[in-house]
Amino acid sequence: MVDLITAKSNQYAEVEKFDSNSYLNMELLRFTTAGSVDDGKSTLIGRLLYDSKSIFEDQYEAVKATSEKRGEQYVNLALLTDGLKAEREQGITIDVAYRYFSTPKRKFIIADTPGHIQYTRNMVTGASTANLAIILIDARHGVVEQTRRHSIIASLLGIPHIAVCINKMDMVDYNQEVFEKIIEDYRDFATRLKTKDIHFIPVSALLGDNIVHRSENMKWYEGVTLLYLLETIHIASDINHIDLRFPVQYVIRPYSDEFHDYRGYAGRIASGVIRPGDKITVLPSGFTSKVKQVELDGKVLNEAFAPLSVTVLLEDDIDISRGDMLVRENNLPRQSQDIEAMVCWMSDKPLQLNGKYALKHTTKDVRAVIKEIKYKLDINSLHRITDAPCIGMNDIGRISLRTTAPICCDAYTKNRDTGSFILIDEGSNVTVGACMVID
Amino acid sequence: MSYTVNHLKALESESIFILREVAAQFQNPAILFSGGKDSILVTYLAKKAFYPAAIPFPLVHVDTGHNFRETLEYRDKLVERLGAKLIVGSVQETIDGGRVAEEKGYNASRIRLQTTTLLDLIEKYRFDACIGGARRDEEKARAKERFFSHRDEFGQWDPKNQRPELWNLFNGRMHMGENFRIFPISNWTELDVWQYLAMEGIEMPSLYFSHKRRIFYRDGNWLAESPNIPMKPTERAEEMVVRFRTIGDITSTGATLSSASTLDDIIQEVAATRVTERGGRADDQRSETSMEDRKKEGYF
Repeated sequence: MVDLITAKSNQYAEVEKFDSNSYLNMELLRFTTAGSVDDGKSTLIGRLLYDSKSIFEDQYEAVKATSEKRGEQYVNLALLTDGLKAEREQGITIDVAYRYFSTPKRKFIIADTPGHIQYTRNMVTGASTANLAIILIDARHGVVEQTRRHSIIASLLGIPHIAVCINKMDMVDYNQEVFEKIIEDYRDFATRLKTKDIHFIPVSALLGDNIVHRSENMKWYEGVTLLYLLETIHIASDINHIDLRFPVQYVIRPYSDEFHDYRGYAGRIASGVIRPGDKITVLPSGFTSKVKQVELDGKVLNEAFAPLSVTVLLEDDIDISRGDMLVRENNLPRQSQDIEAMVCWMSDKPLQLNGKYALKHTTKDVRAVIKEIKYKLDINSLHRITDAPCIGMNDIGRISLRTTAPICCDAYTKNRDTGSFILIDEGSNVTVGACMVID
Repeated sequence: MSYTVNHLKALESESIFILREVAAQFQNPAILFSGGKDSILVTYLAKKAFYPAAIPFPLVHVDTGHNFRETLEYRDKLVERLGAKLIVGSVQETIDGGRVAEEKGYNASRIRLQTTTLLDLIEKYRFDACIGGARRDEEKARAKERFFSHRDEFGQWDPKNQRPELWNLFNGRMHMGENFRIFPISNWTELDVWQYLAMEGIEMPSLYFSHKRRIFYRDGNWLAESPNIPMKPTERAEEMVVRFRTIGDITSTGATLSSASTLDDIIQEVAATRVTERGGRADDQRSETSMEDRKKEGYF
């Protein structure tokens, strides 16, 4: 039995005292990984978790014992992330699993997803909230179909940063030329991606090179380690702080003597900044008013910004309910019943042309009919299939739809919250489509 | 002014968003309140989400009858302070009514029996959404759980066929007789919870802080001496300085030898610890997939 984890790599375990105030400055970074055991994805996650002291002894011992029982050569770290019985039996990742670790600088949420094309919907789910995607490339094989597919999904879902980890460098003698060649190939292909911030790191997840510690074996590499990148990459600007979009989620009416006339609009700021005194417009009614107060739990705030949940009070009593949106009068979203969108389909029953679905957008529920299926995307090549496209499970394509009432949306590339919506099958109530609004 | 948000504020905002979605999307939701730190946190976040209105959900306590005295005291004080409504479901009554049979032997526990009491309560009060304090970092089956977790008319969880959850869009549509379990603090870790409780200065039950207690050792865990746990002839209780990392039914909650007496001590201890928090939970040690099995049946 080979122990993947050596004590010397356990850097954070040796931190003497936890600085209990440092957490007040910790940011949250969400990233996604896609792939199967063979790609070294689980080993990479295991390495990050263990080296940041996030795998506990009892978890590690349990996984080691199971690996031994199965007669496996290595401690199979996939058993840490594959939580369901069916996954452990078959040795595959089926569903998205969420993993957590933190360093003194940041807290990380990993959406760990399967990598095979038949689980595209799970990759899309994991990617929908991520700030960064880790794309794993096997140094022996270079850029392959799966690399392209994972990158295309990351780009379509608007993930702002990609970290390309060229893994298994130990199997190619830590050769710099191999690394450079793969970067060149990837860059050729990446010109078609929307993601602009792409980083390349040569690693060996198995042996720990350039994951947490700088590699002794690749002195030619002058860049940062993966963990350093995750800890320092600038994410504060990923949130749109320009266009105020405040979808009203719930109206707070206490009906108590003390707060008799209180009417607070509760919601999470999707984008932009809101301050007392701001002139706002309510959509879809078009009424205007001024912000009287922004608060949470009785604490008055000077200003609030995305992604905070707050309660907004207005100067005027106007009719506002869940599904309405507060915006600035000179910065309006698009209001339309005719929507163009990319859809990722998530159901065995294909998308029906002229079919009707329930549609959920921010806090608003409407119904929609599919007017046109424009094309299906070959997600290995970005090639558009326009000849009688049928969008089935795991397919991505472009559609036009018409809604029963206007929705207030922005292009997905400008705003991930107001640019996204889901389609729900009205018979089964299951979420069947994930959609992104096109410019 | 910099528009950055620390991780605790980001988590708080997400959880409040979920709680408000529940109030907006469901007719008759309830908070499952165990008296542990996670359900205390959920209750506190619910107060924040709806202030100055009262929490629009009753607190539901599935009472195994095997409680720490301190848990019930804290529960009653909290309910009074928040002006919340409390509903207690009694496992003892479920047993007395012949709906379930008490487990026998030294390791008898009422953990599994809670499921029947809970499902009965859901039916009696017609709850369409039950809000729980489960976190994904606690246990491997929970790592796969959704924020909005759909349960069929038998209260069962189908882990292989879960609804996808994308962006901040939560689909709470269902048929008559079905219901949802909602987990607003899914993305919090044990350390996040303690850091937040410290940041907000929330008063916690005394069981979490070190105190003297008579305990005995069984199968790798320290258990509290209690009339609810029959001791074997070879077992001897002795007084030690301990605290509890999780609080549940007295028969399956292991104590930790610890001198942590403040929230800051606890944060230090949690940050340095090398064993998972459910490591002391006898209910999870029954088999490798005992949590998944219990959840499929309708457990929290």
